[in-house]
Amino acid sequence: MDNSNWQWDTFFEAFPMVLEGLGITLGLTVATYLFALIFGFVWTLLSAIRFKPLKWLFRWVMEFIRSTPPLVQLFFIFYAWPMVPVVGFALDPFTSAILGLGIHFSTYIGEVYRSGIEAVEDGQWEAARALNFSTGDKWVRIILPQAIPPTIPMLGNYLIIMFKEIPLASTIGVAGILNLANSYGAANFRYLEPLTIVALLFLVLSYPSAILINRLERRMNRRFDKKETSGSKTIKEEKEGAAS
Amino acid sequence: MNAISEIFPVLMQGIGITIQVLIGSIILGYLMAFIAGFCRLSKNPIIKYLTTFYVEVFRGTSLIVQLFWLYYALPILFGIDLGSDYLAGVLAIALNYGAYMSEIVRGSILAVSKGQTEAATALNMSSFQRMRLVIFPQAVRMMLPEFGNYLIQMLKATSLVSLIGMTDILYYGDILRSNNLSQAPTVYFLVLIFYFIMALPLIWLTKKMEAASKKGVA
Repeated sequence: MDNSNWQWDTFFEAFPMVLEGLGITLGLTVATYLFALIFGFVWTLLSAIRFKPLKWLFRWVMEFIRSTPPLVQLFFIFYAWPMVPVVGFALDPFTSAILGLGIHFSTYIGEVYRSGIEAVEDGQWEAARALNFSTGDKWVRIILPQAIPPTIPMLGNYLIIMFKEIPLASTIGVAGILNLANSYGAANFRYLEPLTIVALLFLVLSYPSAILINRLERRMNRRFDKKETSGSKTIKEEKEGAAS
Repeated sequence: MNAISEIFPVLMQGIGITIQVLIGSIILGYLMAFIAGFCRLSKNPIIKYLTTFYVEVFRGTSLIVQLFWLYYALPILFGIDLGSDYLAGVLAIALNYGAYMSEIVRGSILAVSKGQTEAATALNMSSFQRMRLVIFPQAVRMMLPEFGNYLIQMLKATSLVSLIGMTDILYYGDILRSNNLSQAPTVYFLVLIFYFIMALPLIWLTKKMEAASKKGVA
C-alpha cells in the first residue's frame, strides 16, 4: 500500500468511475423502500390478529428480524436461500438486496403504520360505529385519512435511513457507489480518495432531504396540532435552535 | 442436527470479538453523545460549529462507508497501524451512533431547560449548579428510552466489522459458508440466533429504561 497522504489526482480520476454507481444505489434505495412500504402493511395486519398464539408468534418473528443485523439477513437471502430444500431458489444480488434489506426495514415501517392507527382517537372509532359505517367505509373514510398523514414525516425519515443502509448491498456484489469505490481501490491500491467521494455523495444527497422532511414535519404538526413523534423531535429543535 | 453441533463451536470463537467491539462502541458512543451534545449547546461559536460539522457528517453518511474510510484512512492520514482494525471498528460505530445520540442529549437538555432555567436562577444557582442539580438529572431521564433503542442498533452494527477482517461471529459464519455452501442456511440461521440471544438482554434493558423514564412523571 502506498503510504503517502491525500492525492488529488486520484480523487479526480476516481470521481467519474464512482459516480457511475449512483443510479444503481438510488434505484436500489427506491425499490427496497417501496418493498418495505408494502411489506410493512403485512406486519400491521398480522399484529391485528386476535388469536393469541399466532399474534404472539408474529410479534416474536418481528422482534427477531428487528434486533438481528441486516447484513446477516442479506447474506441469508443471497447465500443461504438458494440452498434451502424445496422452497429455495437462486436470486441475483439486486433482488436479494431488495428482499433482505426490505424485509428488515418493513418491520420498522409496520410499527409506524401501527402507531398512526393507534393515534386515531377512541371517539372517532366510536363515532364510526354509532353512525353505522361498514368496516370498509370506517377504514377508508374515517380511520386511514387521519392515521396516514401524521406518519408521512416518519416514513420520510426511514427513506433517508434506508438510503444509508443500502451500501450494505455492495458486499454481495451490487455495483452501487460503494462497490465501485472498492473496485477502484483494489485496482489502484488507493481506497481513501474513492471512499471520500462516496461519503461526499451521501452527504450531498441526504442532508438536503433531511432538511426537507423536517420542514414537512413542522407543517404537518401545525396542521394536525399533533404532539411531536419522538426521534424526529430533536432534529426539529435543532433547526429552531439554528434559526434563533 | 449433527451439523449444528459442528457449526456451534466455530461460531462461539467469534463471540469474544463481537462483545469486545460492542462494549467498546457503547462506552465510547455514549461518551461522544454527551460530549457532542454539550458542545453543541456551547456559547463558543468555534466549538459549536465544529461539533455541528462532526454530527452532520456522521449522520449524513453511511456507517459502512465510515468504517471502510476509517480503516483505510487511519494508517494513511494518522500513521496508526497497530490494531487499526479494532480501532477503526469501534471508532466508526461509536462516532456514528454518538452523533445520532448527541441529538437526543441536546434535545433533552433543551426541553428541560425551557421551564427550569428561570426557577434555578431564582434560587440563585450558578449556571454549573443549575445544569448539575436541576436540568441534567431531569434530562437524563428523558434520554433513556431512545438510548435503549440505540443499544440494539449498536449490536447490529458490530456485524459490519467482519468486513474489515475482524474475526467476529459473522466472520466465522462466512468461513463456514465458503467451506460448505450447502450448509449456508443452517450457518446463517444460527448466526442470527446468536445475535438474537445477545439482543435479548438489551431488549429487556430498553424496556427497563423506558419504565424508569416514565416513573413519577405526570
